[in-house]
Amino acid sequence: MPRLDTDTNTTAQMDTLRAAIAAHDGSGPEGAEIGVVRPAGPADAVGGVPARIVAAPGSTAQAAALLRAAAGLGLSVVFAGGGSRSDWGNPPRTLDLVVQTRRLTGVVEHAAGDLIVVVRAGTPLAELQSALAPAGQQLGLDDPVGGATVGGTVAVNGSGPRRMLYGTVRDLLIGVTLVRADGVVAHAGGKVVKNVAGYDLGKLVTGAYGTLGLVTECVFRLHPVPAARSYVRCRVTAAGADGVARVGRLLRTVLGAQLVPAALEVEAPPEGGYDVVLLLEGTPAGVAGRAEVAARLLGADALPGTAAPPWWGRYPWQPGDTGLKLTGVLSGVPDLLAAGRAAADRHGVPVGVRGSAGTGVLYAGLPAAADPDRVARIVEELRGATAEAGGHAVVLTAPDPVRDRVDLWGPVEGLELMRRVKHRFDPDARLAPGRFVGAI
Amino acid sequence: MPTAVIERLAGELRGALGDEQVIDDRARLRTYECDGLAQYRVVPALVVLPRTAQECARVVRACVAARVPFVARGSGTGLSGGALPHPDGVLIVTSRLRTIREVLPADERAVVEPGVINLAVTRAATPYGYYYAPDPSSQQICSIGGNVAENSGGAHCLKYGFTTNHVLGLQIVTPDGDLVRLGGAAPDSPGYDLVGAFVGSEGTLGIATEVTVRLVRLPESVRTLLAAFATTDAAGAATSAIIAAGVVPAAVEMMDALAIEAAEAAVRCGYPAGAGAVLIVELDGPAAEVEAQFAEVERLCRANAAFEIRIAADDAERALFWKGRKSAFAAVGRISPDYIVQDGVIPRTALPEVLRRIGELAAERGIRVANVFHAGDGNLHPLVLFDDAIDGQAERAEELSGAILDLCVGYGGSITGEHGVGMDKAKYLPRMYTDDDLDTMQLLRCAFDPRSLANPGKIFPTPRLCGEVPGRHKGAHPLQEAGLAEVF
Ligand SMILES: Cc1cc2nc3c(=O)[nH]c(=O)nc-3n(C[C@H](O)[C@H](O)[C@H](O)COP(=O)(O)OP(=O)(O)OC[C@H]3O[C@@H](n4cnc5c(N)ncnc54)[C@H](O)[C@@H]3O)c2cc1C
Repeated sequence: MPRLDTDTNTTAQMDTLRAAIAAHDGSGPEGAEIGVVRPAGPADAVGGVPARIVAAPGSTAQAAALLRAAAGLGLSVVFAGGGSRSDWGNPPRTLDLVVQTRRLTGVVEHAAGDLIVVVRAGTPLAELQSALAPAGQQLGLDDPVGGATVGGTVAVNGSGPRRMLYGTVRDLLIGVTLVRADGVVAHAGGKVVKNVAGYDLGKLVTGAYGTLGLVTECVFRLHPVPAARSYVRCRVTAAGADGVARVGRLLRTVLGAQLVPAALEVEAPPEGGYDVVLLLEGTPAGVAGRAEVAARLLGADALPGTAAPPWWGRYPWQPGDTGLKLTGVLSGVPDLLAAGRAAADRHGVPVGVRGSAGTGVLYAGLPAAADPDRVARIVEELRGATAEAGGHAVVLTAPDPVRDRVDLWGPVEGLELMRRVKHRFDPDARLAPGRFVGAI
Repeated sequence: MPTAVIERLAGELRGALGDEQVIDDRARLRTYECDGLAQYRVVPALVVLPRTAQECARVVRACVAARVPFVARGSGTGLSGGALPHPDGVLIVTSRLRTIREVLPADERAVVEPGVINLAVTRAATPYGYYYAPDPSSQQICSIGGNVAENSGGAHCLKYGFTTNHVLGLQIVTPDGDLVRLGGAAPDSPGYDLVGAFVGSEGTLGIATEVTVRLVRLPESVRTLLAAFATTDAAGAATSAIIAAGVVPAAVEMMDALAIEAAEAAVRCGYPAGAGAVLIVELDGPAAEVEAQFAEVERLCRANAAFEIRIAADDAERALFWKGRKSAFAAVGRISPDYIVQDGVIPRTALPEVLRRIGELAAERGIRVANVFHAGDGNLHPLVLFDDAIDGQAERAEELSGAILDLCVGYGGSITGEHGVGMDKAKYLPRMYTDDDLDTMQLLRCAFDPRSLANPGKIFPTPRLCGEVPGRHKGAHPLQEAGLAEVF
């Protein structure tokens, strides 16, 4: 197709989108902020797929008008938050329009007495936490990559160490405003923690990678910031089966005790050895007492302290590496650690594993430079190990040569029903097409 | 529905499942005509009691082939008419699916069939030092399948969450009759969170045939106090102070004077005389933590004018505190011939105001309301008392009960915190959600149940024909116009 043609087409489409947004900002066609709708540049590509247009609506109403217009034009759309995980999932099959949430920011309401917050989806998680801190409150979600927005965290179901105590997005999100593919605005849930009226669409869009609609506003339940914190750390230097067995014993000891940790993390770096660290949160007296008990239970090498280890709450990979999420039942965690080490030895690729041993959610990182065929074999082996442990191995991010060789998502239960859900919400498959499980 | 269709279906299912599993004689059918909300009664066309998941799927497939609607029923304790039968449909009862398949303390999991009684899961886990946390007051009789369908809560959900926070995996029979697994034993299964969507869907997305639940470690220490206040305002202020202090109690329950009177009459719980309100506050967790916070709770109750505080010395005394609270629904039968159990939610901080408004609404109508509720999370259970023998009282009570829900919605709350929408509250759902909201929810339903055969007529006031094009804008919703629904 001649280039000029495409450009004319794109320009006309941008005008249509601009007019749709302008009709909803109260200022008429001239009023829409410069750059709210603009041509896409190389930096706007998603998973290597270039976009044509970028738009940043400033309200739910504008987002609705924009998506309705985009539906009229038949555009493929990807939603973008902070961009901290834009490389997660498959690249979209087609991409016309990137809808950014950068203007959908800010706390709408913080009802401290009710421990809830209403927040716009483009708000960075870190900003939300600082807004809540003066009231001694927090949203119990970690930000493992840094720079994530609230909406992005919901879309990929991001979590970190403290999921053991606070749960994940599904446990904290009590209300949601959503703009559908056809531009219809829908709410579910509400502003009260206890509520069973209607279907829980918040759960449906959590971890859906933007394939069902744009989340514009979220309501979360909050928790008090604990008065005291303590980390109790235990190093395991034994190698091979002995090391894994010792880690397994430590985990069982902590879980069987009465410590109620906020987090129980394990770190298995490629260099060998293990760190088992638990985080205790609560009152100063309570935490001190529990830390003492923990140190006693974990044995002579246990070390209580107030500082988190440097790797705490970060994924064990760098940008460009292969990053996996490995899940399993609690008793399967040592087996997953062993499988990581075994695969690394067998294929001569360094594999770092770390994560929430207390909930059975681990992460594995393999260097970008590793041979993609070997990485693919390691993914297969880890998939086998997680299946044995009743869980899954999902490749969250990977260099292109690895993506060419593996199915990022692996086997998924209930896929047929998921396809039907997708088809009802987005019959033309225009939202992040192909990014999700089973090419949804 | 022509009776011939049902007769053929009954014959087919007898052949497939055996005579014992199929009930079609009128007298026996009648025993299933209502659930815990006895004011609605419908005799089902057929009752089937499958013994396995496969049998359950077989029944649903037969219903699909015959285009006959089906309704799942657990123990029938639901309070919103969710398990109310369909007059031309099949009632699928899970009472023969009662096996606890696995108790895995090391994995903090149990796998159970849907007919298993809630408390049975805890009983099976306690020898290992674990329990199943969601504890509806009906836990001695209600089924896990019913809990899943209703996303049931209980007194201790303030700290531990609701059923949805404790279910990791399901096997379901889809409304097409397929057996499908959703989620699993491990967290964060890839794909849409269909477990999350199914929990609380009140039997409209299929029938759960196996449930994988989370088990929680029994706490090291449990401390319970009963505090008496002159007014519900003071008790409400104490509750707010406790939460504001950063304490997360396992439970904070309140009863007002009328509810206390009823409980005394029924179970002689011996609550402090002259109390306008009592609070039951329970803390649990590691001993070191509980001790520190319990002292704080006691101090805050005193600071907010508690005139008497009793601290449970042992399990027996704790049980006595709870006895009054847990028997409250039935107890109002002692002070009123008839009553409606309402279930609404408000932001907790609005409690004093809302209770006052409820009092005014009740006075205007000459009707008494006893209040029992989960104060910690603002879940009210106003018990609207009336006498059906007195002309017009039932209607006034019904109207008051609806007005209370309007009040909840007006304060940004919900029309149900745990009893579900079912048949009873379908007409109120549009007060909380716009047409577009409801239309969007029904997209989910259509994905699971395009023929509308699974528990039709429940939750949604108007069924959506799944073939039709999504509804276009029909003007602003009254809530939006009132400025209430900018967010919700
Ligand atoms: C005295 C009393 C106290 C109560 N206290 C509480 C309380 O504290 N908290 C609370 O939340 N509730 C409470 N309830 C309400 C009720 O007990 C709960 O809703 C309970 O979960 C219903 O379980 P059930 O087995 O009786 O379900 P049923 O009443 O048989 O059915 C309820 C709904 O679940 C559906 N269903 C049943 N089994 C399945 C299945 N296997 N798959 C799919 N759908 C299914 C039915 O179709 C129906 O819509 C109370 C009820 C009573 C009578």
